[in-house]
Amino acid sequence: MFEIFGIPSQALFGQLLLGLINGSFYALLSLGLAVIFGMLNIINFTHGAQYMMGAFAAYLLLQNFGINYWAALVVAPLLVGATGVLIERLFLQHLRKLDPLYGLLLTFGLALIIEGMFRNQWGSSGLPYSAPEALKGGRNLGFMFLPNYRAWVIGLSLAVCLATWFAIERTRLGSYLRAATENPVLVRAFGINVPRMVTLTYGFGVALAALAGVMAAPIYNVSPQMGSDLIIVVFAVVVIGGMGSILGAILTGFALGVIEGLTKVFYPEASNTVIFVIMAIVLLIRPAGLFGRGV
Amino acid sequence: MERALEPSLLAQSRERGWSLGIAFLAMVVLFAILPFVVYPVFLMKALCFALFACAFNLLIGYVGLASFGHALFFGWASYVTAYTAKAWGWPPELAVVGGIAIAALLGFVAGGLAIRRQGIYFAMITLALAQMMYFFALQAKFTGGEDGIQGVPRGRLLGVFDLSHEMTMYIFVLVVFLAGFLFIYRIINSPFGEVLKAIRENELRTISLGYKTERYKLVAFVLSATLAGLAGSMNSLVFQLASLTDVHWTMSGDVLLMTLLGGLGTVFGPVVGAFIVIAMQNYLAQFGQWVLVIQGVIFVVCVLLFRRGVVGEIARLVRVQL
Repeated sequence: MFEIFGIPSQALFGQLLLGLINGSFYALLSLGLAVIFGMLNIINFTHGAQYMMGAFAAYLLLQNFGINYWAALVVAPLLVGATGVLIERLFLQHLRKLDPLYGLLLTFGLALIIEGMFRNQWGSSGLPYSAPEALKGGRNLGFMFLPNYRAWVIGLSLAVCLATWFAIERTRLGSYLRAATENPVLVRAFGINVPRMVTLTYGFGVALAALAGVMAAPIYNVSPQMGSDLIIVVFAVVVIGGMGSILGAILTGFALGVIEGLTKVFYPEASNTVIFVIMAIVLLIRPAGLFGRGV
Repeated sequence: MERALEPSLLAQSRERGWSLGIAFLAMVVLFAILPFVVYPVFLMKALCFALFACAFNLLIGYVGLASFGHALFFGWASYVTAYTAKAWGWPPELAVVGGIAIAALLGFVAGGLAIRRQGIYFAMITLALAQMMYFFALQAKFTGGEDGIQGVPRGRLLGVFDLSHEMTMYIFVLVVFLAGFLFIYRIINSPFGEVLKAIRENELRTISLGYKTERYKLVAFVLSATLAGLAGSMNSLVFQLASLTDVHWTMSGDVLLMTLLGGLGTVFGPVVGAFIVIAMQNYLAQFGQWVLVIQGVIFVVCVLLFRRGVVGEIARLVRVQL
């Protein structure tokens, strides 16, 4: 045990770790928002509800079918991603020629529907979901105690984020995607099925949110409103980072999580609001966002 | 002057004034009769929200700015009015002015930040700023946290009218609503309002015509926030309560729903939308969370099939402007 700025190291590193955990979720969620926005020009307000659906999927798979955490990590995002594909086919594809405002309104409505139905079914109190056996316990690093599950969440989130970045910026499929974002008509003329790509992109973004939800289930309780407050913070993260860059979204997410964690140590009263304050400052200094292009 | 040269435009504007005038008179008559038929507190609530939705419509319907954070102005004005009336014993008119003042100030700050970005970002920024102020309200001492400010005295208006009388209070709310409604109508039909509509249609062209659109947007934002604050202040007097519900993002969602359902950019749409939504929340309250689901369904249906809203569709059918 030692002290830094009069704060015991345990507390400091503990909050730093929590900050990194939150940052993992901010990064995964803002990444999904950025991917969806790039392709569909829609801000997916349902994202928080889909994150919640991911957590619930993990919980229900375990309760009803005995499907464990490891399988849920794959199955839940696939299931929730499939509902995303359905949403895109049923609703979002009809909005393509309209003002992006309508996409926001529609996904907001969907978020209300989903949250309302889950609250109806499972009430507002949290449901417990325990971490898998293999990741229980933790190790002592000397300056702090590191629970295994939390280390896993940070590692997995980083890996998924970087893989997404690689897939979009460095592969052939990703180049089609980026081209379709720039000029969908031309890419279609080259014989690429752009509408299907749009649908799958939405499904993928939703699956990312659901994956974050599965990862969050053992840390926070599974509850219907777990997504709605989080999504507002993620919106602020997106405004700060700007949605022009994938890497920017990832970096901003982690950085803001850490800043939020540090605020909890040094000035706990502001920990709920610090990200919004940073957003206001960024808007004053760099209106386009840290990694944004244009406004 | 230019209008006089364009006969078709002139005819249109004459027709519009006619239909709007009739509709306005009908509305006034209706609100004069309704308190004898319907529970006055319900009417007062609906009127407060109608004013709130009209203020919101000024921004989304006429400037094309979609704010997702209007609960910020409604809720904070409601807190300030409740606090000054209860803790400092301010008379109702002064307490309302205090609420409006804080809403205008917050509108200036939030609007100044939000108009730095456009479109979808604007919505996210307003939502985030409102959430920040929600947390302030949650933590601040004077707001009473989870309990809110309860038992706010309605007091005597101008020292004369005793507002604890349900009918006197109703008349006060109705007069404020009508004044706010006419004020907004005046704004959107002024030269200033024409510039706002030009910004909605094509901001770049408006800039190239020499208008400083940022200033117009900011003024419109502050006006909208101020009127939303007026609605919040009145609401806190009606219910003698200011609480976290008023500043929560669900409130911003409610006002959005009212305006969308009634008809974006129509004069009477927000009023109709507010009455429908408030009535729905009232009668469906027993079904718990289904209210949320139904509201969500209305959003989806409005966006997919019904983008003109109730009043917009009626206006199109009978070919008048409402």
